[in-house]
Amino acid sequence: MTPAGPLEGLRVLELSSERCAFAGKLLADMGADLVLIEPPGGDPMRSHPPFAGDRPGPERSLNWWHHQTSKRGIRLDLGRPAGTELFRRLVAGADLVLEAEPPRRLPELGLAPEELCAAHPALIWISLTPFGRSAPRADEQATDLTILAGGGPVWSCGYDDHSLPPIRGAGNQGHQIAGHYAVLSALTALLHRMQSGLGQQVDVNMHAAANVTTEMASYHWLVQRGTVQRQTGRHAMEQPTLPTQVQCADGRWVTTGVPPRTPREYQYVYDWIVELGLEPEFPEAVFLQRGALRESIDLSQIGRDEEITVIFGAGREALLLIASRVPAYDFFVGAQRRGISVGVIYSPDEAFEDEHFRARGFPVEVPHPELGQSFTYPGAPYRFEKSPWQISRRAPLLGEHEEEVLGELGLDAVAIAKLRADGAL
Amino acid sequence: MASTSPGPSAAARPAGALSRYRICDFTGQLAGAGATRWLAAFGADVIRIEDPVRQGAWDILRSMPPYVDERRGVDFGGGFNNHNVEKRGIALNLRTPKGKELLAELVKRSDVVSENFAAGVMERLGFGYPRLRELRPDVIYVSNCGFGHTGPYRSFKTWGPIVQAICGLTFSSGLPDQPPAGWGYSYMDHTGGYAMAIAILLALVHRERTGEGQWVDLSCTEAGLTLTGPAILDYTVNGRPSRRPGQPHSNRSEWPPMAPHGIYPALGEDAWIAIACRDERDWRAFASVVDLPWTADPRFAGLAGRLAHQDELDRAVSAWTRARERFATAEALQAEGVPASAVQRPGERIDEDPNTRAWGLWPTVTHSKMGRVRVDGMPVHFSKTDWRIERGAPCVGEHTDEVLRELLGLSDAELARLREEGVT
Repeated sequence: MTPAGPLEGLRVLELSSERCAFAGKLLADMGADLVLIEPPGGDPMRSHPPFAGDRPGPERSLNWWHHQTSKRGIRLDLGRPAGTELFRRLVAGADLVLEAEPPRRLPELGLAPEELCAAHPALIWISLTPFGRSAPRADEQATDLTILAGGGPVWSCGYDDHSLPPIRGAGNQGHQIAGHYAVLSALTALLHRMQSGLGQQVDVNMHAAANVTTEMASYHWLVQRGTVQRQTGRHAMEQPTLPTQVQCADGRWVTTGVPPRTPREYQYVYDWIVELGLEPEFPEAVFLQRGALRESIDLSQIGRDEEITVIFGAGREALLLIASRVPAYDFFVGAQRRGISVGVIYSPDEAFEDEHFRARGFPVEVPHPELGQSFTYPGAPYRFEKSPWQISRRAPLLGEHEEEVLGELGLDAVAIAKLRADGAL
Repeated sequence: MASTSPGPSAAARPAGALSRYRICDFTGQLAGAGATRWLAAFGADVIRIEDPVRQGAWDILRSMPPYVDERRGVDFGGGFNNHNVEKRGIALNLRTPKGKELLAELVKRSDVVSENFAAGVMERLGFGYPRLRELRPDVIYVSNCGFGHTGPYRSFKTWGPIVQAICGLTFSSGLPDQPPAGWGYSYMDHTGGYAMAIAILLALVHRERTGEGQWVDLSCTEAGLTLTGPAILDYTVNGRPSRRPGQPHSNRSEWPPMAPHGIYPALGEDAWIAIACRDERDWRAFASVVDLPWTADPRFAGLAGRLAHQDELDRAVSAWTRARERFATAEALQAEGVPASAVQRPGERIDEDPNTRAWGLWPTVTHSKMGRVRVDGMPVHFSKTDWRIERGAPCVGEHTDEVLRELLGLSDAELARLREEGVT
């Protein structure tokens, strides 16, 4: 039997939303008993493509499958008195509530987080909203695209050619950035509660989360009022830097990383040039040898000391030449085996198939009993020795755990039938 | 079991949510330092261990730009200051037996040992997990490196852009028929740091409940692979690879389908606006703001039509946005409930955005040498035990005497001898 996750027994309620689904997954995959509450017609996310077998249907969205693992699911109409009442009862038994409702919605339903937290002093309540619950822009409409555009990441991403638009990275990362902060908050509040017995409310702001997930773009402005400019496939910088991406012999791309900088690295690159028979067409190889013979190389002297400048340039050129002559994967492994940090630019599925991740057991099988099949999912973001991550069940079918969850609240079949008849479920 | 004897610097301030924990911290750059930054902001006593011989230079950000003025060196890197606020720093020469002895004593008094060296470095220093556990049986050890501590690539080295290349994020970001645009910064250093901080907190929760410590092995590339789940399932379930014609096109919406959905040119140099119409209501509202005949083009009636003619639609939207100031356009669309935002430049979102200002997102810290500097704040607010970011990053060895005196009870004479002998 798998040992329990660290959050085993932690009772979490999540009001279903694409914005907090990832945060809920992180908690549920670490053992939290998470009940996902959907509106009676199901969360709109169930209609998000791609679909299993490309056949749309509420139980076939792969988006839903990925983001809702290890959760139990019920339907609840918070707009009806019976639904509101049931939600209050669920809250009374919960350790933590996770929600991403528009700031005014819950207070309008008589479910203001402030009041529920006052009634249950040990309750931890995590709200995740585009701009924070009481911000000047709290009512603005937002999507992942507009959050990442207004919040900073987009400004730094794109191409050297600024007639092309800046780029939003794929995968709705704005939700995931805020989701990470929601989980950090939940766990920090939980550790505080373990000591003090007190819960609290946490306001997670997606726009702010994007703003502080921009690395140099923010601190170059904060420290020296510098504005970074986007560049193809490498860091946006105040001053342009040389390209780092190269198309390899097989048409695929690699990122060459930081050019060789130590005598040992120059030796390795020189040996590789020789091994590939490229020395005759690369006269600069002599500078690689010279770099290898030096005791050390002071990088601050680039542009000042002529020899260091030439050696550094030769290291860079050598990697570009090698990359253009070998397939991308061979370049990656060949350089890394020589201690030079470069990367192959994989698609997500190519990475997933790589032998390294297979050897580590990253892909995991998740049974879908309703389909009589198992499917392979992305696995653990971290390896816990004693309280491991695991997908305890596939995403819930619509209303799948109503009898079970409401039964735990003490409701019998008759009471549940009445709630259904009243339209609360 | 929590640490005892919080330091005087901690005692002088109100307790934070994590004040009872001490972190013996070997992390650096952003992927590691970003993790312990969160813990420090919530009151944990994070003690950076650095090498006096190399003046902490393993963390290259210590001396990298930006700078507040003309001063340079290991205590003047702006990025280092940003990532290491609220931490203490000590210098210990682990090549010396005495240095190792002092570190062992610190480990005994720490709840967590954190590092983001390449795999194997802690063992070479003589402080691999078995040794740490000998020193403190319930220690939590969290290691964070590019490929983790097992598997064929365990010796491979990475930094943010390489992690992003490997895990698929670089590939997925861009336009069709262009090279990958990738992420123009180390997104996976941020995210690896978030995953690492989450791992530390989870391990603390487990220890609070069971008394057990453990080793958590974090691989940044795996953390990255969890961020593109639907694309991976599309492959494992449907056999559809991401490398296919017309892909990536990441300013468009993968899911849910939306159109228009993109980043469009605006009036001015390198000025852009993001617009997303989530549904028919948004489209009608958008059309009412644009108020031009093309919005009634039957090809654009209904989502299916707009998706099928997205290139034409994007051209028409661009022609409209190009002549307009981006903040005014965003405001006009927001007034009708359509999600829109200027692509904000750093100075705009930091100094002119009422939301980040009202949030207190850019606190000013005091650094011993750099003086007062603004840094990233936290995008959360707690109702009872909120974060606090006031103290700048430690200079090399800034708190050596303070920490050794306070935690290990060393006398001034002993501290002076350690310095003379090159231990600190």
